[in-house]
Amino acid sequence: MIATPMASSFLQSQSFLDVLYIVAFALFIQGLRGLSGPTTAVRGNRIAAVGMAIAVIATLLNRDEGNWGLIALGVALGTAVGVPAARQVKMTAMPQMVALFNGVGGGAVFLISWSEFRLTHGYTGTPTYVAIFSLFAAIVGSVSFWGSNIAFGKLQEVITGRPVTLGAAQQIVNLLLLVLAVAGGVDIASGDHSQAIFIGMLVCAALLGNAVVLPIGGADMPVVISMLNAFTGLSAAATGVALNNPALIVAGMIVGASGSILTNLMAVAMNRSIPAIIAGGFGGGGAVAGAEGAGEHAGTVRSTSAADAAIQLAYASRVMIVPGYGMAVAQAQHAVRELTKELEKRGVEIGYAIHPVAGRMPGHMNVLLAEADVPYDQLEEMEEANQEFGRTDVSLVIGANDVTNPAALNTPSSPIYGMPILEVSNSHSVIVIKRSMNPGFAGIENELYYEPETQMLFGDAKAAVSEITAELAQL
Amino acid sequence: MVLASVLTTNLAILVLAGFIGFVVISKVPNTLHTPLMSGTNAIHGIVLLGGLLIVGLSGNGAFNKVILVIAIAFGTINVVGGFLVTDRMLEMFKSKPKPAAREGAEKPGEKPGGGQ
Repeated sequence: MIATPMASSFLQSQSFLDVLYIVAFALFIQGLRGLSGPTTAVRGNRIAAVGMAIAVIATLLNRDEGNWGLIALGVALGTAVGVPAARQVKMTAMPQMVALFNGVGGGAVFLISWSEFRLTHGYTGTPTYVAIFSLFAAIVGSVSFWGSNIAFGKLQEVITGRPVTLGAAQQIVNLLLLVLAVAGGVDIASGDHSQAIFIGMLVCAALLGNAVVLPIGGADMPVVISMLNAFTGLSAAATGVALNNPALIVAGMIVGASGSILTNLMAVAMNRSIPAIIAGGFGGGGAVAGAEGAGEHAGTVRSTSAADAAIQLAYASRVMIVPGYGMAVAQAQHAVRELTKELEKRGVEIGYAIHPVAGRMPGHMNVLLAEADVPYDQLEEMEEANQEFGRTDVSLVIGANDVTNPAALNTPSSPIYGMPILEVSNSHSVIVIKRSMNPGFAGIENELYYEPETQMLFGDAKAAVSEITAELAQL
Repeated sequence: MVLASVLTTNLAILVLAGFIGFVVISKVPNTLHTPLMSGTNAIHGIVLLGGLLIVGLSGNGAFNKVILVIAIAFGTINVVGGFLVTDRMLEMFKSKPKPAAREGAEKPGEKPGGGQ
């Protein structure tokens, strides 16, 4: 927004560029407003994309622009990687795709700060606030880049999804890395021009990103992904202040706000504080969770067969499907849709009970079920679903575990006590499809399986559901 | 414009944008959280602009040019990939014949086809 005496034409005048930027954020905001409903969402996303195109064009019109070859190279590389990845990714792999896209955004942020540092020879001749915002962006961008890559690795199962921790030392190490990174930043902001310090700061931030995400178990992923999204947004906004670019500030802050809202919603849905999740492990240590309840219920688990499950479902008047990460892993969403179609033909009323943290990212189940053409109005959020279990004949739990565990309601010693759950045991009977009696990610025994109205159908979610559908056809 | 006022203007934009973000995004239902994440994910790819601005300045050495090309490539992946993937997801939500009939938790008993 600095006045430019050198503007060579109207198209390159600063006021025209500012107007384009304002148009761009208006479109971003309008686009996000569209995301509040399923019918307007597609258009909303496209409106935001147009806003992005306008912001890019406005930037390229800038009279200082040059090095077109490099720009073309960067954009071509990015398009060559991004377009096929986005086109081909399976819906079940969506969480890791989002993590990856988030990571490259963070990567771009810290690289931009680094190049700014080098170009100005350690922020020589720039106001101190520019250095501060640029350094903040460098640290947070680096944390987000590495953290997202680890999240990607866990979700893609390149590295183990279970928590990897340094035990009690973890939090001290995290704190130390944070202090070192911030100290490096403070040193540079107060006038040190050493690039070694800058690189050291980036390395500490990188290690911190690894150290924060490695201890987090799969079940906590929705929180982490939202949080990293917020981080990248905030770092982009900081880059915007450093470069005096309002489009970056607005877009970055909107993402920061959205990521923060989602992070908070996810943490509330798990009844856990964000610091507790970041501190790693479930309930502050895997040992507690593992010991809890193991072998406590030696007794009565009733198992059932696909044929029997088919009969129960066929003669129900209302069936509630309760999907979880197991459905995503087995890619069973289409099989589930086939089963419910068959049941609907028989006049069975169908609902899908969606826990906010079922799966590995916010809204994960909804995307999968939408892919399988499940009508939007059958998807019921937790509060709504919990009112309906009382009049539900059969709840079919497919690969969901901790989000159905009654221990969250009635066992104060349980690590998940207090977490809002889907109260499936209120329904007349419960059929749980599960590969084995192994506890879920949190390592907590599920009391649901031992309740008298529960029957277990052991097997792969997709195979088991298809089998039920086949049995149903013969009834 | 004086430097101090450039900073305050930018901070004002920062704070206001944060509030707008909170207001707009609080209305998004749980069902659409994944597309919301991936859509906002695409939007933070706007850091691409930072790369475009700096690469245009004079004085970038060879190493800086390499970093900036990578940054621009990363930003482009983020923007292009993010919007495309969100579009794919949302198309699935849109293609339903029936529009969402119910709002919030009201009227739990209105679904068709109960009993047999």
